[in-house]
Amino acid sequence: MADDTVKKFKEPGQTQMLNKLWELQRSNGYIHDDDIKQLAQVFNLSEIEVEGVASFYHFFHRKPTGKNTIYLNNSIVADIKGFNRIKETLERETGATFGSVDRTGTFGLFLTPCIGLSDQEPSALINFYPFTNLNVIKVKDIISKLKKGATAESICDAPADNIRYTPPDNKSVFFKKFVPGVALAKMKKLWPAAVIKEIKKSELAGRGGAYYPTWKKWNAARVQAALPKFVVCNADEGEPGTFKDRVLMNTQAKSLIEGMIICGYTIGAEYGIIYLRGEYWWLKHKLDAAIKEYRAAGLLGKECSQIKDFDFDIRVQMGAGSYVCGEETALLESLEGKRGEPRTKWFFPVEKGYLQLPTVINNVETFCAAARIIEMGSAEYTQLGIPGSPGTKLISVSGDCKLPGIYEIEWGMTVAELLELCEADDPYYIQVSGPSGECISIKEKFRRISMLDLLARKDIRCGGSFMIFNKQRDLVKVLLNFSEFFKQESCGICTPCRAGNFIIQRKLKRLENGLANETDLQELKSWGTIMKNTSRCGLGKTATNSLIYAMDKFHDYFAAKLDNDFNGLNLKFDMEAATKDYEKYKI
Amino acid sequence: MASMVNLTIDGKNFQAEEGKNLMLVAKENGIFIPSLCYYEHIEPPLGSCRVCTCKINGKYGPACTEKVSEGLKVEVNNEELKDTRKALVEMMFAEGNHICPACEKSGNCDLQHMGYELGVSSTRFPHLFKDRIIDYKPNRMVMEHNRCIKCLRCVVEVVTNDGKKVFNYLNRGNETYVGVDYEQEAKLTEEEAINAMKICPTGAIIVRGANMAEPFGDRKFDMESVQKNYNEKKPKLNRPTAMEKKIVATVSLAGCFGCHMSMLDIDTELLDLIELISFDKSPLTDIKTFTNRCHIGLVEGGCCNSENVETLRKFREHCDILVALGECSIWGGLPSMRNSIPLSECLEEAYLNSVTNEPGNNIIPYHEDLPKILDRVYACNEIVKIDYYIPGCPPDANHIWKAVKNLLWGEEYSILYSEFKYD
Repeated sequence: MADDTVKKFKEPGQTQMLNKLWELQRSNGYIHDDDIKQLAQVFNLSEIEVEGVASFYHFFHRKPTGKNTIYLNNSIVADIKGFNRIKETLERETGATFGSVDRTGTFGLFLTPCIGLSDQEPSALINFYPFTNLNVIKVKDIISKLKKGATAESICDAPADNIRYTPPDNKSVFFKKFVPGVALAKMKKLWPAAVIKEIKKSELAGRGGAYYPTWKKWNAARVQAALPKFVVCNADEGEPGTFKDRVLMNTQAKSLIEGMIICGYTIGAEYGIIYLRGEYWWLKHKLDAAIKEYRAAGLLGKECSQIKDFDFDIRVQMGAGSYVCGEETALLESLEGKRGEPRTKWFFPVEKGYLQLPTVINNVETFCAAARIIEMGSAEYTQLGIPGSPGTKLISVSGDCKLPGIYEIEWGMTVAELLELCEADDPYYIQVSGPSGECISIKEKFRRISMLDLLARKDIRCGGSFMIFNKQRDLVKVLLNFSEFFKQESCGICTPCRAGNFIIQRKLKRLENGLANETDLQELKSWGTIMKNTSRCGLGKTATNSLIYAMDKFHDYFAAKLDNDFNGLNLKFDMEAATKDYEKYKI
Repeated sequence: MASMVNLTIDGKNFQAEEGKNLMLVAKENGIFIPSLCYYEHIEPPLGSCRVCTCKINGKYGPACTEKVSEGLKVEVNNEELKDTRKALVEMMFAEGNHICPACEKSGNCDLQHMGYELGVSSTRFPHLFKDRIIDYKPNRMVMEHNRCIKCLRCVVEVVTNDGKKVFNYLNRGNETYVGVDYEQEAKLTEEEAINAMKICPTGAIIVRGANMAEPFGDRKFDMESVQKNYNEKKPKLNRPTAMEKKIVATVSLAGCFGCHMSMLDIDTELLDLIELISFDKSPLTDIKTFTNRCHIGLVEGGCCNSENVETLRKFREHCDILVALGECSIWGGLPSMRNSIPLSECLEEAYLNSVTNEPGNNIIPYHEDLPKILDRVYACNEIVKIDYYIPGCPPDANHIWKAVKNLLWGEEYSILYSEFKYD
């Protein structure tokens, strides 16, 4: 734990692995062979183990990354907002090509999937400081300033929060004024069991997108005998198109901290850790400042909030660029300073989580909601929303609409209403909850957004993002972008996800090239289902969701993409392309 | 002592100790659940290969990470699950570069063995032909990355005396591979190194000088199936039984004629066969062009040049049933070893830079009458529709003719375990 008084339990050395690697990466621009040797000695590991960790996270490099390391977002939303132009401009202005460093070592250009700024694309991170709403002129200006020696920190943008909508009549749950300590004072009057009852009444469910009842998770951790216990906040918001947690942490860091304290109090935990994705380095100081303020006010630390025998402190752990670390067990592995590979379901985190000790992991939004529920009382909270799905939900809207940003909607709003609020421009295809979610067609615009009926498929259960695409967008291109994303971000531990995503991408390219026929579509569907049924974690299980839905919902579109003059004799084989390499030896 | 619980597997009732691993419970009760990563004493179980996927209380999940509990309902052997498991093994064959005939581990290889057990004759997935290296640097071992299925066994199991890992995953996604720590590897004893080779379910970890201790043919998986009644259920085909005379065509494309040699290996039975079939275009008759429509065409070898492609297309045109015979025609086989190397490098190495060539005196042959070399070796099903596959390098003679007789006359057949071989 940071610089606090709680020192009963010391986290083992290896948990510092990511921090050490970050230090080296940020000071030297890369991780040298000697560093690996040294770290192996410090942590008493074999070198290959350190190497394994360093090579897992894409923000760690083994070769120099230049004085100014530029990560350009290549998510699909960036793509439709002019990614290619920015990419070309960057290459022309810096003299480097993507994936490498220019000759003088001033600029390193790299691609990275969604950096949580989908409402202000195209965007990039330079030395992990955000630059938003890029255009050719702005890029030229930025690069020339950097060439003249300006630091990225001094010229970066402060990303706008873009909170576009909250429920009318001041009914906002998340964004109304937050007075530090009010929720904690109310909590103090309740026994832990009563807190759980309150959370149960509010029907709060995991806002990361799995919707597991929060009270069940907390209760399961509360009854564990092993000590100490941990509260982990999952701020690894990696799902492309999602940025609600970014806005929450930027504006509501305090309600997040209080939510974690409430959870810690309820389950009897001593430690809280916020696992913040590497893309959000620029938010870290905000969280650190808030934590410091809470410590100073006696609301964190020894006997915090003047509750006897309740010691609780929070630290922030930086991730290092890996989508799969948003999976809770992968996140735990990463916290322990290992490769972010999801664990099997042999134990649940509430039994054996971080360091094999009882751990509650919740999303940023869940903790913020929990603090607000205790603050306002479950009775008031359940007035909002619809029966069976009370409260409000944050949705990150991006893509083809006039007003991209955060929408706090009451559960029960229809897709059509939301599209109207954000002034969507001829919407045709909507990706709900990111690439791993589901896609819906505009024909379904009267479906409600709620936590209900996932299986009945009447309502849409949204994890937190809407990416809107109009009719001009090429669906196959969208799906290929997703498939490339999953191929890159798969951890590689299980066969169906590691090989499957690669295979699916090959097949999709066939479709893009106009070589596919009906059999290919059927195979895509059946292979996607195999991945879904057999993958180890959510990544592989959901990677082909959108693809499978899209083939059903946009059947006509796919039918038109096929190579329909299949002659029975010949699957497509392009002799000219296959002999092209040889033709250059023609005399 | 743990209490006993009741569970059902495929509708049958069993009793087992509470909390015991489902894989073990199934094994003890004679139920075969295929797996490649499961290793009894590793806890928690690895759960990386996913081949043991079953339906557990109605949900898909791997058997190896399931603790048995009261009332557990497990489905193991329905058609969908069998197909799913087979698909996963096929995925491993498509992802790696598994060339059984050239592999030291053949016969002792769990992956190859699982291929036989699940009846994998070809993979439904496109071969990815990813370029992978062979690491010769370790002191005592050779790490063959082409063959690794990333099961995690060696990563978890092989540690030095001071508890340090010898193997670990590097990179992620489809770039993941198992790296060796040379320093730690040197500390292993000979026995420990051999153990590492043994726990590897494929031929990825090879210990120099110790890999040929057992002769081919006498190895663990060479003669017997672990599944009881493996050959019992074969789909019956309803075809007329009258043995009218049929016409057969055969060809060897990018192959070695080994499969043709194997066809002759039924010896005297060949005389019976010749009463029933006549050969049209075939190297056996030396007929160069099709003179009749054929009932069945047997294709050996994949396509490495334009002439192969044209011949194969002709076969598709003139044959009712087209059978890919042997590994090379199924997925490229040995010739496809060049698929991860650019064509120019292959040609230059062969014609220009080889040690027997006089520098500056040679050219890469190109003439309009010569077949054009393709950028890579293509499997037959990438060029035309293939109806059936007979795996093996070469397939056993009995296997070939049993399959052909079945296809032509619907004759019942049962292929022995020893006849179904990849090498």
